[in-house]
Amino acid sequence: MMFRMIAIVAGLGLALSATAEAQTPRKGGTIRMTAPYGSSFTSMDIHTTQRAQDEIVAKGLHRSLYIWDSAEGKPVPELAKEVIVSGGGLVHTFKLRDDAYFHHGRKMTADDVIWSFNRIMDGTKAYPGARFVRVIEGAAEVEKGQTKEISGLKKIDDFTLEMKLTEKVDPGFYFFTALTSIYPADEGAKEGFIQKPIGLGPFRFVEHVPGSRVVMERWDRFYKPGKPYADKLIVSIMGEAAARDVAFRNKEIDTSVLGPAQYVAYQADPNLKGTIAEVAEVFTRHMGMNPTFKPFADKRVRQAINHAIDTDLIISKLVKNKAYRATSWLPLTSTSPLYDKTMKPYAFDPAKAKQLLADAGYPTGFEFEWTTSQNESWGLPIVEAIIPMLDRVGIKVKVKQVETAVLADAIKKGDFQAYVYSMSTGPDPQAALKCFYSSTPQSACNYTTFKNSDFDKMIDEAGQTDDAAKRTQLLQKANALLYDEAPVWFFNYNKAVMAVQPWLKGIQLNATELTHQNVEDLWVDETSPAK
Amino acid sequence: MLAFLIRRILQTVPTVLAVVLVIFVLFSVVPGSIVSSMNDDGRGPTDPQVVERMKKQLGLDDPVYVRFGAYIAKLATGDLGTSFRTREPVTTMLAKRMWPTLQLIFAAMTFAIVIGVPLGFVAALKPGSIVDTISMVLAVSGLSMAKFWLGLLLMYLFALKLGWLPSFGYGDGGLKYLILPAVTLGVSPMALLARTTRAAVLEIMTADFVRTARSKGMSETRVVKWHVMRNALVIILTTIGLQFGALMGQAVVVEKLFSWPGIGSLLVDSVLQRDIPAVQGSIFVVVLFFLATNMLIDVLYGVIDPRIRYA
Repeated sequence: MMFRMIAIVAGLGLALSATAEAQTPRKGGTIRMTAPYGSSFTSMDIHTTQRAQDEIVAKGLHRSLYIWDSAEGKPVPELAKEVIVSGGGLVHTFKLRDDAYFHHGRKMTADDVIWSFNRIMDGTKAYPGARFVRVIEGAAEVEKGQTKEISGLKKIDDFTLEMKLTEKVDPGFYFFTALTSIYPADEGAKEGFIQKPIGLGPFRFVEHVPGSRVVMERWDRFYKPGKPYADKLIVSIMGEAAARDVAFRNKEIDTSVLGPAQYVAYQADPNLKGTIAEVAEVFTRHMGMNPTFKPFADKRVRQAINHAIDTDLIISKLVKNKAYRATSWLPLTSTSPLYDKTMKPYAFDPAKAKQLLADAGYPTGFEFEWTTSQNESWGLPIVEAIIPMLDRVGIKVKVKQVETAVLADAIKKGDFQAYVYSMSTGPDPQAALKCFYSSTPQSACNYTTFKNSDFDKMIDEAGQTDDAAKRTQLLQKANALLYDEAPVWFFNYNKAVMAVQPWLKGIQLNATELTHQNVEDLWVDETSPAK
Repeated sequence: MLAFLIRRILQTVPTVLAVVLVIFVLFSVVPGSIVSSMNDDGRGPTDPQVVERMKKQLGLDDPVYVRFGAYIAKLATGDLGTSFRTREPVTTMLAKRMWPTLQLIFAAMTFAIVIGVPLGFVAALKPGSIVDTISMVLAVSGLSMAKFWLGLLLMYLFALKLGWLPSFGYGDGGLKYLILPAVTLGVSPMALLARTTRAAVLEIMTADFVRTARSKGMSETRVVKWHVMRNALVIILTTIGLQFGALMGQAVVVEKLFSWPGIGSLLVDSVLQRDIPAVQGSIFVVVLFFLATNMLIDVLYGVIDPRIRYA
């Protein structure tokens, strides 16, 4: 069933790209995207925020050293023409573009990259991108205030930059999000920058109406010839799904993100069915179990919970098939070489669950507190459906409902017996698995304080090897170990679903976040009602 | 009059201070913080070092009384602090949001007054008639209907089905973008005004001075115009004042639904992300608006009815 769905996704992706390729992109028009995640944009200074909502705008305004290539399923150089690796995989020399112009007309140079990364490491400002830039040698010293400049960044000439890393990692995974956008050194330091941001993106800033929209217009000196196609890009904040639905049907917006109920409705409507674009995103929904709560310290209890829940039924009836069954931690992405298709999810088997509980010394079960948010896809409705399933094997659940922000806080502090959450598990598989590394703090992402020496060894070896095939094998083994240890109930991988108007072309099935589109590749045909 | 105004202004000070204290304490004890909300969409791990630096930078590690003291000291100079979320002054944020909210509530109140007051009058002048029944059914429906639901219905009808108006957004701030959110927000006060006006007029119509006026041979039109309307206005004005002041708070739902860039949507976003300075600033403005509106109504009482003194 799952692989049939993968095929559908892949097929849809092919259909979308084939359609886009078959037609000549039209110049002009306005693209009207929506920012569907509820809140206003945090800031026009994208270095300060890591919310998905804000990056939708940043995809128009800014550029980083790398960019996510949805077709390849990996980050590729963007502001660099070439990257030469030396020094045992620790030194990366970037031959930067000499045709990238900031929106105020100045050409980007290596100084701007250095300035931007030094800014991100300013310890007094606590920029969230510091967690990425810290991989550069000497960055941590800047963060601590011991020095002003990152020693691992060296300007060879205006368009050549040498970057020395502290770990043997693919810098693409570290420098492709907007958190590490390159700012113009001279303008970025000015106070008014936050009001009128300047970037290297395909669109330049025109207007921000806080709480309503951001308007951008085509940047004619964008470095990709002929792009962007559209004259204007408008991103409207539309957190209410029902309002978004009306606006989409009324042709006032070009994209809308769909929840489970709308997904079903759109599939059933012949006029809307063709507008759906979907992709398996790199988010794993799960129930984390705290081993300091005695029953959860026993692997058999955690496995019993995985067997006791009819996960397929929940995905089908409650999530309306807007998700893929999780088989372990690493997400299902059609391009990921790491996803092990041979792995099977835990079977729904209450008898086996009871047996495991009895073996673990809980023949009559136990009671635990489950902390959850109200989220319709992985929150309270799911927990409520699971309660009778766990009850069948003798496990009683006491529900503790909190806001999402409070849930995030409780998870990081370990203030839970069990929680249910959706967590980014990509695109870097090594980083995703490192959340279960024994020395990773709970406050970072090792929420279940997982400790396993075999697992640590595999992660260490994967980090040291230069052999890509061996690394893949090691990480697959580590992922399989997690499956067996079951620190979480493996629920599902998110299926992101977006409705796209028929006149908007070039949508990319971005597994890291479907709403994050490389907007220079989008175009609208002449049937678009927006001129 | 001046003494009255000064006294009223001074009376608002303890009210404002009490509100500020309550909000401050409330958001100091509720779980969650700006730091946790920053990553509540689960995008990537949180960096503990960044979290610690952020807490220090925002003063979140300081005791509540220290933070409250600092806030009051700033407030006394007109500084509402710096937003945790956007890192810009709260006064700047509020200034950007003020005009759209004022546009919305003035439009909503205009709709409420223009429809509600005449409806109440007509209903009261012909009690028990079909007009009375219909207007009161409308009024009760308007009071009962949730704004979110009503807004969606209006969007569906006037945007999707009839295609007359845009369903969302601020656009250029023009009238066509304002109508649907203003009507959604204005229906409830309109209904209340209709009912209040009807009740007030019905009561006044049976008052001794009205009977006296009629017995003197005054025409019904003149009775209504000179005696009923003027006396009913004090009650109507009180309702308008209370509703007007409360509308800024009620605009929260409507602004979120219609993507209207006002203080209401700022407040919701700030609460959800625990941006305490922005929450305090937004509520501060809402409270000030409520108090100012009520003070204005008190002044207007004297204009309408000279018997009312500002003693």
